[in-house]
Amino acid sequence: MKARRLWIILLVLAVLTPIGLWVPAHFHAGDAWGEWSLGTIREQTGRVPPGMAREAGRWQAPMADYAPVRRSPSAGYVVSALVGIVVCGGLLWFLGRWLTRREARDAP
Amino acid sequence: MHIPEGALSPQTYGAAYAVMAPLWLIAGRKVGRLRARQVPLLAIGGAFSFVIMMFNIHTLTGTTGHATGAPLIAILLGPWTAVLVMSVVLAVQAFLFGDGGITALAANCINMAVLMPFVSYGVYRLLARWVRRGLAAGIAGYVGINAAALGTAILFGLQPLLAHGADGRPLYFPYGLKITIAAMMTEHLLLLGFVEAAVTALAFGYLSRTEPSLGSEVAARREEAAVGGRG
Repeated sequence: MKARRLWIILLVLAVLTPIGLWVPAHFHAGDAWGEWSLGTIREQTGRVPPGMAREAGRWQAPMADYAPVRRSPSAGYVVSALVGIVVCGGLLWFLGRWLTRREARDAP
Repeated sequence: MHIPEGALSPQTYGAAYAVMAPLWLIAGRKVGRLRARQVPLLAIGGAFSFVIMMFNIHTLTGTTGHATGAPLIAILLGPWTAVLVMSVVLAVQAFLFGDGGITALAANCINMAVLMPFVSYGVYRLLARWVRRGLAAGIAGYVGINAAALGTAILFGLQPLLAHGADGRPLYFPYGLKITIAAMMTEHLLLLGFVEAAVTALAFGYLSRTEPSLGSEVAARREEAAVGGRG
């Protein structure tokens, strides 16, 4: 298992992620369907459903919208990709180690 | 496909958590029976899913969408492993990046961490006997993401039926089933399904060549064998 090569591929993909910003922007595409802001919902339907208005702001994500770098959406996107790789990979590594701990002890 | 905060009524997201709780426990137990040396694959699978979901493309209807990697993970590592991997990725997206709601996390897991992996895995196992495995993987990706899109559309579209104010107007997501299903299925059947199919088939092909132990069905069966053999 050459895990190192796969991690390198992931890092290359992380650097390329701004393509995922540029392509939709080039075609003037909006949000994913249903993932709109309250403002967009008001534009579409003329009102914001009261339950949505109450619940939507409940959680303020630290890196909301994958845009942690104010001046450069692309740089922020790459930073988000790297953070995501480290956090997802790290959590799953620790979770996997913890879940398989008996297996690891019994292994010859 | 990430249902945002506030789109679902409390009884919907509460029910989703009630459905997911036992599935998370089962997934944890099944992953616990994997071999310790497979653990890095969980981490790589989760990181891959996170990154591939950042490659948005525009759909023909002015919205955006992306592949998820869930079918690939289900085919290579087994569907229960994919439940755990995708749930962790969706939680990271929700908590750190505000992509999908915290309250909607279990609902998003039903669609992208359960429906998508299990449907993909089933389609792959069904087809792999008859057609080339790379093709089977691609078709599995196409069908899997469309199953998840349908699940998402149904959860969105039920909201006006389930929760409305005294004036009869919706309290949460405002569009009904006809609109949600038409919108979600059009873009996934016509475009995003093929994107997931391409990602699944290409990555599967690459991994089959470079990591033969993964590309064979041995890896996908290992989970079942481990479960069947020991418990």
